[in-house]
Amino acid sequence: MRNGPLFVTFLTGATLIAIFFIPHHRAQETQSVILEWADVVYTFALILGSFSLWIANQTKVARRGEGWGYSLVTLVSLTLVTVLGVVQGVSAGTAVGWIYNAINAPLASTMFSLLAFFIASAAFRAFRARNVEASLLLVTAIVMMIGRVSIGEFLWEGFPPLTEWLLDVPNLAAKRAVAIGVGLGAISTALKIIVGIDRSYLGRS
Amino acid sequence: MQILEIWVASLLTLCVFTFLYRDNPLYRFAEHLFVGVSAGYLLAVQYQNVLRPNVIEKVAGGNLMPLIPAALGLMILGRLAKRTHGLSQWALAFYVGIYSGIAVPSYLQAQIFAQLADAVKPFGAGWAAINSALVLIGFLAVIAYFYFTAPQNRVHKAAARVGIWFLMVAFGASFGYTVMARVSLLIARVQFLLRDWMHILPPA
Repeated sequence: MRNGPLFVTFLTGATLIAIFFIPHHRAQETQSVILEWADVVYTFALILGSFSLWIANQTKVARRGEGWGYSLVTLVSLTLVTVLGVVQGVSAGTAVGWIYNAINAPLASTMFSLLAFFIASAAFRAFRARNVEASLLLVTAIVMMIGRVSIGEFLWEGFPPLTEWLLDVPNLAAKRAVAIGVGLGAISTALKIIVGIDRSYLGRS
Repeated sequence: MQILEIWVASLLTLCVFTFLYRDNPLYRFAEHLFVGVSAGYLLAVQYQNVLRPNVIEKVAGGNLMPLIPAALGLMILGRLAKRTHGLSQWALAFYVGIYSGIAVPSYLQAQIFAQLADAVKPFGAGWAAINSALVLIGFLAVIAYFYFTAPQNRVHKAAARVGIWFLMVAFGASFGYTVMARVSLLIARVQFLLRDWMHILPPA
């Protein structure tokens, strides 16, 4: 029984690899069904995550721990949006659709926009042209930043084409090699999981 | 309703921007609200798009097969109690097995073969040929840098050094691109405040 989950991983992994090479429509249908099942399991994993979030915040509120009022905000919003979304749906025109437009979308984009300040200030402190490599990184980043805004074109009309060239030539070369490295790494990790060498996802060494 | 939506969105935007000064109750309120709303929204979307059509409606229609993934899903909830913790491993094993099995052929096809096919192509004419040659040289140099299996000789070291230069240019380009993407978001938020909320800017 202890090795049962490892057998399940092997069976599903090997089946999915085999299905890829079978050009029969039944094989493709089976793959679609299995992927649909995986989506269902993923949804339950999300439910588990939300439960976990709920329990953590509920404990804080019950104990009146530091910042419990904020935890109450999370609890109420989580419960309200989940219940409304399950009962009414999430499409445009529903309450959740309105909440998404009024709360979720603006908060998400503002949070990400804040990163502009933090990335820029961190870069200002960390970027130093100590050697050739660091200088290349620094100069490329500056050219990219200037070349992507109107003032860059105003200063020198060569900036926009230069940024395009940086993206299309040296950036492409490096990204292509990195993509192959990532691909090889992902395949070897997947194979190690399928054959049971890597068991860390089960909390085992 | 539209006006209320703009007011709520604007006030929450300002709450988040107060963090530029320092951590404060307004920011923490917005942060906790964001966490709750996002988690609830994601859950509701998954329920409406996955659980309802693929399990509830099918089972209601007499197809009992979706009960298998539903049972596996319920097993994952076993993590909530110590006694049932072991049950979740079966569901986790099923899920990890599926995506490991999918990863092998799809990464092979989309990442490795596709990238190699694009790297090994006849050069274009004129400047395009120089650019293609640079891409090929850069690609081989970065591969040389990532090759750690054998000790590096002089040629390998030189190639790896050039590979690092290409990597640094790529990192710089990615960094600059990311910063400017964030700046674009910032401009959009400020435009929203000035145009939609305060009506200082003319409508787009």
